[in-house]
Amino acid sequence: MGDRRGDEAATEADIARVFRREYGRAVAVLTRTFGNIDIAEDAVQDAFAAAVQHWPSAGVPPSPAGWIITTARHRAIDRLRREASREDKHAQAALLTAARSGAGPAPAAEEQFLAEQSGVEDVDDDTLRLIFTCCHPALAGSAQVALTLRLLGGLTTAEIARAFLVPEATMAQRLVRAKAKIRDAKVPYRVPQGADLPERLQSVLAVVYLIFNEGYTAGPADGPEREELCTEAIRLGRLLASLMPDEPEAAGLLALMLLIESRRAARFTPDGGLVLLAAQDRGLWHGALAAEGRELVRRCLRRNRPGPYQLQAAINAVHSDAATAGDTDWAQILQLYDQLLAVAPGPVVALNRAVALAELRGPVAGLAAVEGLGLDNYYLFHAVRADFLVRLRRYPEAAEGYRRALALADSAAERRFLEGKLRSPVFGGAADG
Amino acid sequence: MTQYLLSIYQPDGPAPDPEFLEPIMRDLAALNHEMQAAGAWVFAAGLHPAESATVLRPNGGEILVTDGPFTEGKEHLGGFTVIEAEDLDAALGWARKLAGATTLPVEVRPFQH
Repeated sequence: MGDRRGDEAATEADIARVFRREYGRAVAVLTRTFGNIDIAEDAVQDAFAAAVQHWPSAGVPPSPAGWIITTARHRAIDRLRREASREDKHAQAALLTAARSGAGPAPAAEEQFLAEQSGVEDVDDDTLRLIFTCCHPALAGSAQVALTLRLLGGLTTAEIARAFLVPEATMAQRLVRAKAKIRDAKVPYRVPQGADLPERLQSVLAVVYLIFNEGYTAGPADGPEREELCTEAIRLGRLLASLMPDEPEAAGLLALMLLIESRRAARFTPDGGLVLLAAQDRGLWHGALAAEGRELVRRCLRRNRPGPYQLQAAINAVHSDAATAGDTDWAQILQLYDQLLAVAPGPVVALNRAVALAELRGPVAGLAAVEGLGLDNYYLFHAVRADFLVRLRRYPEAAEGYRRALALADSAAERRFLEGKLRSPVFGGAADG
Repeated sequence: MTQYLLSIYQPDGPAPDPEFLEPIMRDLAALNHEMQAAGAWVFAAGLHPAESATVLRPNGGEILVTDGPFTEGKEHLGGFTVIEAEDLDAALGWARKLAGATTLPVEVRPFQH
């Protein structure tokens, strides 16, 4: 009983939980009803404001999602009628769309019935439609990410702005422009079918992974908003994997994020320093997240339709299987990188493959594999190459490599890590050089 | 249905050789027929090179006439097609074909209605 005393604080937590879980779904349903994202957002926000007023005394309704969606419909229709009577064209069009979708002039009881009848499947379909609309390739990548966090995640503009380190006004303008383009250019509210689906799904998965990576590259010093991006990306990943059970890459992405996230507690020292995989305290890894990730990897690889996310997840699963860094099955990792290079060729994959190669065949092989990759502007290229050079005792070249990496590193944690490398006695205090 | 402007951007300079241009014009004619058959075609035209343009600019109550084009640059509007489509995806489908036929970049913009 303890957590449900019925006081205001408990109800606020209840509402917050319902908000996280249902905001995106409600916006998705309302967007289809009214054919307009702004109207849907305003209506859902109105409905949650009403929930904050009513639920503390009346309690959380049996179907919170149904209550939110029904209330949002009512509020939107009331507002649109007022605006339509003032000859607002958008309001008239939205009312027409709503009438066609069956939510228009229905009396309250009937509407309640309709809301309850519109089963889970319809809500799921609408949620997928909204995801594909937010991640439409005609929108800029930064806008895709912002819209997804705003509409599916329910994050405020201020929260998204802080997470992406841009001024709030910039983020607000980015969202307004993207929504205007969706409206004016008629970006369809539809899940792509057939030949279009694989490419469009790639762009959806890429947005979710980008959100995850924004949180991942941030350290504890960067503030909670950035770390929470990982949580939000995993939530979106779960949603996608459950909505698209026939797409192994969706499950692969979820598995990849879970396996990487399982190492969060071991990735930083208490004072915010970066700890590489080999040096991590594996006792700090999150066992349940890792186990879920490994199980997903097993299940999706069994489908025998490997893709880049599944293979990267499989590589992380091999790491997760090793009790100590010394137990790592590098032969299997190298084989997975070979497969990854075949389905997703690129210099960054080749760089990671070289690390596995060096573990298996030594630093000379690793060094040979990274030459000519064209990654001169990528800090990890210089750091990896410098590691090989240290192992070959070519210290002056190694120090030069770490210095170039340091100049290119993005985050404070990465810079501190590289400065630590440069303080190694083998460089004779080269850190100041 | 929404109307979309598909603008074709062409590099400035001398016209390509006829043997290069001929298959392009053939593909373009075929695409125009396909658009017409699908009921998507509204209007299409090719333009003379940008140095044939003249710009008129209001300036304190009078209109200044200058030799064009309006924008500086190495590429200019070379032609355009107006289509009618269900939504952006349908418009992008036609634009993809237009870019393929002309071998040139195509910009898609919705009309206000």
